[in-house]
Amino acid sequence: MTRYGVRTLSLGYLAVILVAPVGLIFWRAFEQGLHPFWAAISNPIAVHALKLTLEITVIAVPLNTAFGILCAIAIVRHRIPGMGLVNALVDLPLALSPVVVGLALYLLYGRDGWFGHWLLAHGVQVLFALPAMVLATMFVSLPFVVREVVPVLREIGTQQEEAAATLGASALTTFRRITFPAIRWAVAYGVVLTTARSLGEFGAVSIVSGGIEGRTQTLTQYVQASYENFDQTGAYAASVLLAALAVTTLLLMTVVKRGDRSS
Amino acid sequence: MRKLLIALALVALLIPSAAGAARKDTTLNVVGYSVPTSVYPKLFAAYQATPQGQGVKFTSSFAASEVQSKAVAAGLPADVVNFSLAPDMERLVQAGLVAPTWDKNQYKGIVSRSVVVFILRDGNPKHIRTWDDLVKPGVQVVFPNPFASGGARWDIAAAYGAELREKKTPAQAQAYLKELFQNNVSQDTSARNALNTFLSGKGDVLLDYESDAKLAQSQGKPVFYLIPKATIQIETPLAAVKGNNSDAAQQFVNWLYTPTAQTIWAQNGFRSVVPSVEKEFSGGKHPQFPFPPDLFTINYLGGWDKVNTQFFDPTNGIVAKIEQGLGVSTGG
Amino acid sequence: MPGARRRALGTPALSGGLALGYLSLIVLIPLAAVVAKAADGGWHHFWQVAWNREARAALELTFELAGGVVAVNAVTGTALAWTLVRDDFPGKSIVNAIVDLPFALPTIVAGLTLLALYGPTGGVGVDVAYTRWGVLMALLFVTLPFVVRTVQPVLIELDRDMEEAAASLGAGRFTIFRRIVFPHLLPALLSGVALAFARAIGEFGAVILIAGNLPFKTEVASLYVFEHINSDDPTGASALAVLMLVISFTLLLTIGGLRRWATRHDR
Repeated sequence: MTRYGVRTLSLGYLAVILVAPVGLIFWRAFEQGLHPFWAAISNPIAVHALKLTLEITVIAVPLNTAFGILCAIAIVRHRIPGMGLVNALVDLPLALSPVVVGLALYLLYGRDGWFGHWLLAHGVQVLFALPAMVLATMFVSLPFVVREVVPVLREIGTQQEEAAATLGASALTTFRRITFPAIRWAVAYGVVLTTARSLGEFGAVSIVSGGIEGRTQTLTQYVQASYENFDQTGAYAASVLLAALAVTTLLLMTVVKRGDRSS
Repeated sequence: MRKLLIALALVALLIPSAAGAARKDTTLNVVGYSVPTSVYPKLFAAYQATPQGQGVKFTSSFAASEVQSKAVAAGLPADVVNFSLAPDMERLVQAGLVAPTWDKNQYKGIVSRSVVVFILRDGNPKHIRTWDDLVKPGVQVVFPNPFASGGARWDIAAAYGAELREKKTPAQAQAYLKELFQNNVSQDTSARNALNTFLSGKGDVLLDYESDAKLAQSQGKPVFYLIPKATIQIETPLAAVKGNNSDAAQQFVNWLYTPTAQTIWAQNGFRSVVPSVEKEFSGGKHPQFPFPPDLFTINYLGGWDKVNTQFFDPTNGIVAKIEQGLGVSTGG
Repeated sequence: MPGARRRALGTPALSGGLALGYLSLIVLIPLAAVVAKAADGGWHHFWQVAWNREARAALELTFELAGGVVAVNAVTGTALAWTLVRDDFPGKSIVNAIVDLPFALPTIVAGLTLLALYGPTGGVGVDVAYTRWGVLMALLFVTLPFVVRTVQPVLIELDRDMEEAAASLGAGRFTIFRRIVFPHLLPALLSGVALAFARAIGEFGAVILIAGNLPFKTEVASLYVFEHINSDDPTGASALAVLMLVISFTLLLTIGGLRRWATRHDR
């Protein structure tokens, strides 16, 4: 009996908090058939928002992946001063409110900011343009690759790398032939998480983007703007699109987990 | 992994640069307060149909007036700005982004007018008719956050002014504001958000622009509105911003005062500043924009500079004090 | 062979320098700008701004709600983990995948979905929009996976022999859970609720639509910061942001400590 009690509690909770609300959004979006849904997501402003979101993701994810691998190596393999701080700081975006991130960039790159003044004087627009939105996205999605790679790197040890080095392999060759194959599933998992976070970022980006329709409005901001301007169909349709991306991410996560287990 | 990176790079190439706006045609970016969100797309289309507007493209952003004004001051690109109240324009004059002569045209830089109204639920179950009804026990009042939204400042100025018009002393009028805040159940970032909050079922009455009330009705929402006997005339400033596109921006700004453009404003619930258009919509047996018996402007309260310092200073203003005072009773 | 190790993966100075440089550009310098802004008017002024009534009310509410999140998640998260590990029913693998959905779903969408169902037009007879219950619900949505995902692996690893031995000695189910299972789960559970707590303190996207943003009633810390950025008060926003920064960092250190405790427990 305890078993059924616990099952009812946990599945009931899941249904109330998660499944029913998300399900309702799908139902609302397709309530009147496919046509209104399609019309809502194919309007130029929504299409631009989707493109911009993808563009930001495509810039932020590779940079964070490269940094993540580098940073993990620095933390695990090289015991140099300052790495303790790096280790602690890398996790910060997981616990810090995205609003604080947005505020930070706002202060830095605004007209009166440390960098903003000089940059604007030289015609470089960072705030309310793509650069700030990418910086915000990079900040919030920073930890994922590092966090996935660090434990694997610790686990595999240094024996093989040292052997390769002793045999005269260059650092790059050692990384390419020995280290990377060992951490690739961790990297892939980190990339999936980073991508999901980048596609869905809202708080930090909404403070630094200015939300210009057709220019600096991302898909998550489009959801908010549509909802606020009585375009519920538009808001639900864009939400469904984002939710579909999220579900794809979930599937990828499952696939990557399987790949990891089988390797 | 390398394949993944290559794939990502390909995707990057396939997406045409979404953020870059460097095209042959002029693209004007209009930054506005939240209320005319649904009017501007119609104005853009009408302008693009004119000879001078051909080839002009538009992007736009709408949010609370002060938010937008601060964003432009902090570097948000803008070619044309339309705020809810004049101090938000003055901020840009201070920042050197808008010419100090912006209010020197025959309309004093004001592109549209409105009045503060009560938006009520169909059937008016709480029987709200007057300013005094708003502070009765159990009446839930919605208005936006006065520290972000220009609309909220107009609402509060209207309430305060209306009390003075009823021969109340300033102290009594302030006490009234305190009661009003006690009955306030939601403070959204912008007038548009407050309208949403109200339409999704929160509160008994919404203080808002007349144009928002007309918009809600045109959306078939179960609400109606009353213009209180004494209320304030809202005046929303417009200007072109200095920069590469300033000529094209100024042309668009000038066009917004033409009878064609002003008619679009009026058809969407805003009171026209051009007398001929105004007469067309306010005259006749069933005027669309009836004048309340006791309409006053911000000058009745001493102008925005005075009102902003007196009421909306974030630490010492009357409204800030009221909110801090209420925190004691509602914060627990 | 320190020399070989160094050659194995490039020079420490290079990789360490690059990592630090990147981290400085993305994280350190921006946060320094916030701290500098908050410190603009000196220590006394900072406290005055950070500790005003509205900010204090926002922080108190945030902590209250985060406490609620911890309490609910501790129970439901453990129950979910237990169901996923010990129970068996059709569709279990789907449920297992769904638990991760809040990690992948954009927060603004999370808020919108809750508002659609539990808002004034949801049609289920509940209206939590613009109430603290609504904010709590949004926080529960986004923190749902944390406890499940930290407790689940421990539960999988847990040796069932001890439980069976206890059962054969006549111990009841509850006693077995309390005396044998729970102590093993505790470190993981604590680190899970700490993660949920940290997330609840800072959450913004999921609550912005549902909170209706009433100072002293539904205004949580992140909304306070957002409102004050919007209302021309970067100093006030920065002051509370610095407090949030300190809280986040403290929580991270706590979680790190809990993790080390958990691994010691394992071995």
